[in-house]
Amino acid sequence: MKTAWLTALALLATSAFAQPAAAQTLINGAGATFPYPIYSKWFDEYTKVDPEVRFNYQSIGSGGGIKQVTARTVDFGATDGPMSDEQLKAAPSELLHIPTVMGAVVATYNLPSSPKLKFTGDILADIFLGKITKWSDPKIASLNAGVSLPDQPIVVVHRSDGSGTTYIWVDYLSKISSEWDKKVGRGTSVNWPVGLGGKGNEGVSGQVKSQPGALGYVELAYAVKNNLPVASVKNAADKFVTPVIASTTAAAAGAARSMPDDFRVSLTNPAGDEAYPIASFTWLLVYRDQPNELKGRALAKFLWWMSHEGQKYADDLLYAPLPAPVVKQIEAKIKQITYQGKPLLAAR
Amino acid sequence: MAVVAAVPRVEAQAAPRNLGDQVLRLVLRAAALTLVLLVLAMVVSMVRASWPAMRAFGWRFLATSTWDPVAEQFGAIPFVYGTLLSSLLALLIAVPLGIGAAIYLAELAPAWIRPPIAFLVELVAAVPSVIYGLWGIFVLAPLLRVWVQPALGKTLGFLPLFQGPPYGVGMLAAGIILAIMVVPYITAVSREVLLAVPTSQREAALALGATRWETTRIAVLRYGRSGLVGAILLGLGRALGETMAVTMVIGNRPEVAVSLFAPGYTMASVVANEFAEATSDLYLAALIEIGLLLFVVTVIVNALARLLVWSVGGPVKAVRE
Repeated sequence: MKTAWLTALALLATSAFAQPAAAQTLINGAGATFPYPIYSKWFDEYTKVDPEVRFNYQSIGSGGGIKQVTARTVDFGATDGPMSDEQLKAAPSELLHIPTVMGAVVATYNLPSSPKLKFTGDILADIFLGKITKWSDPKIASLNAGVSLPDQPIVVVHRSDGSGTTYIWVDYLSKISSEWDKKVGRGTSVNWPVGLGGKGNEGVSGQVKSQPGALGYVELAYAVKNNLPVASVKNAADKFVTPVIASTTAAAAGAARSMPDDFRVSLTNPAGDEAYPIASFTWLLVYRDQPNELKGRALAKFLWWMSHEGQKYADDLLYAPLPAPVVKQIEAKIKQITYQGKPLLAAR
Repeated sequence: MAVVAAVPRVEAQAAPRNLGDQVLRLVLRAAALTLVLLVLAMVVSMVRASWPAMRAFGWRFLATSTWDPVAEQFGAIPFVYGTLLSSLLALLIAVPLGIGAAIYLAELAPAWIRPPIAFLVELVAAVPSVIYGLWGIFVLAPLLRVWVQPALGKTLGFLPLFQGPPYGVGMLAAGIILAIMVVPYITAVSREVLLAVPTSQREAALALGATRWETTRIAVLRYGRSGLVGAILLGLGRALGETMAVTMVIGNRPEVAVSLFAPGYTMASVVANEFAEATSDLYLAALIEIGLLLFVVTVIVNALARLLVWSVGGPVKAVRE
């Protein structure tokens, strides 16, 4: 009797624990924090599409994402800045960059009655280099005729934590100003010539809000959610463009014609009349040749879904969806994902 | 900690006779050894992880003040300076406040008021640091910028300490935030220390005709001195290692500035800020070396503090006997 009970219990236990493990595929990922809200939305929605796949994503930062995917401790990585050639060489096999959504970075400021301001890239670079120090500077004034600018010092506020937002911002400044490129350069953290550092979007906007005369940069999504005043910026076609979702997507459309095959491209200062110039992709990093057939196929299917149906969730979460020509290019890339040389999505 | 030290120690038995004692001794020895091993393991792994930076920069890491992740030039001076200055500032404010409050609570306050205040003090110690940080950005920094810094600039502006534009955020804000965070620790531990001073000490001093202040100074504070130092060191430890709240109000600028109004940076803050996105190996190694340096600085500061106490009044042990 006793043994019968025990056997029953043991059976119950094994079935209870073993079954979901056999039926479900768990895919682990780690990386960028900026796209985390939409990734967690996708992973949640995707369980309705394919109940057999579960995603576990740790938003530990792009640096950590690159490290972990290179060490193969996760199945995919995520990054806000493309991997360098050396980093790609250090990976055990070929890594693909798959763009997922786009974000924009905006200039926000604290001036009496929050006027609508216009900037050019040169002026932004000069302010962040410490060469323009007052709001009443003739360069700013001539662009913003009709706005009364106070004779007040500009307090520059930047991110103190390493972040993809900073990378996009300084990447733009580097393209516009050769002096910035030489003196400061591009990176997730840089050696700022002037200014105060705030931790995270909330740290920057907190300091901008509490310092009269402050000028900082935050993600577009964060600025919209918190109703911060944002500046329009002159793009490569000499048009002043207000940062919104549509003008961010336009930035990728403008860059689509010259898109490199591996998507490792900076979208800042692209061509196109409607393109907002300070925008960027964020990427997932996946191995071209997947080490596990089951996981690899699930991942490829998810990437397909994410670049098509998944894009409709972007707007609500204030990310810019991928433009159609880029989705076409991504389709071709997803089809290149293989297991032991055999394509995983050949049927499509 | 210090309360325990004040209790006379029973001489360790040479060889415990029964089995239970032997087992106990082994288990406790293992516990103590584990702590030591843990610290050693931390040092070893930090040295190993920061090796690329040590090889690349050597002593220059400790002697330069440029922090440029793009050009991969790293120097630690501004961070060491910021950590030491902000902690010093915090202690200057927190020690008189904390020990004063402890003396009041232990010696002078009416009996009915002691438990609620002691309870509140312990409650303040449990507030998460990010809350202090947010409060620092939205309340303290504007307060400093609009009122305190202009006033200090006007009255004490001839000192280089109080010059420069008032941003609100900066070294002064960091020192004040740290002081607020550290005060409850110093108060709570000091109060326990003072309460552990035997009543006979006070009675003896009073019997000799000492006033209340003299009794407190000679019989109570002197007796509990090593415990009070412990309380201050506990506060100092928290100030040196505090990350979140400081990052939010210090301005995060790696620069050595004399003025307390200027923004600064601390070792703990830069590690917390830049670790997650540090992609290159040398950059990561430099950040870990900063962590190692924080460890070393903490050990040195603690050792110096103990030496200072001993040199002022002879070994603490002599007071106890």
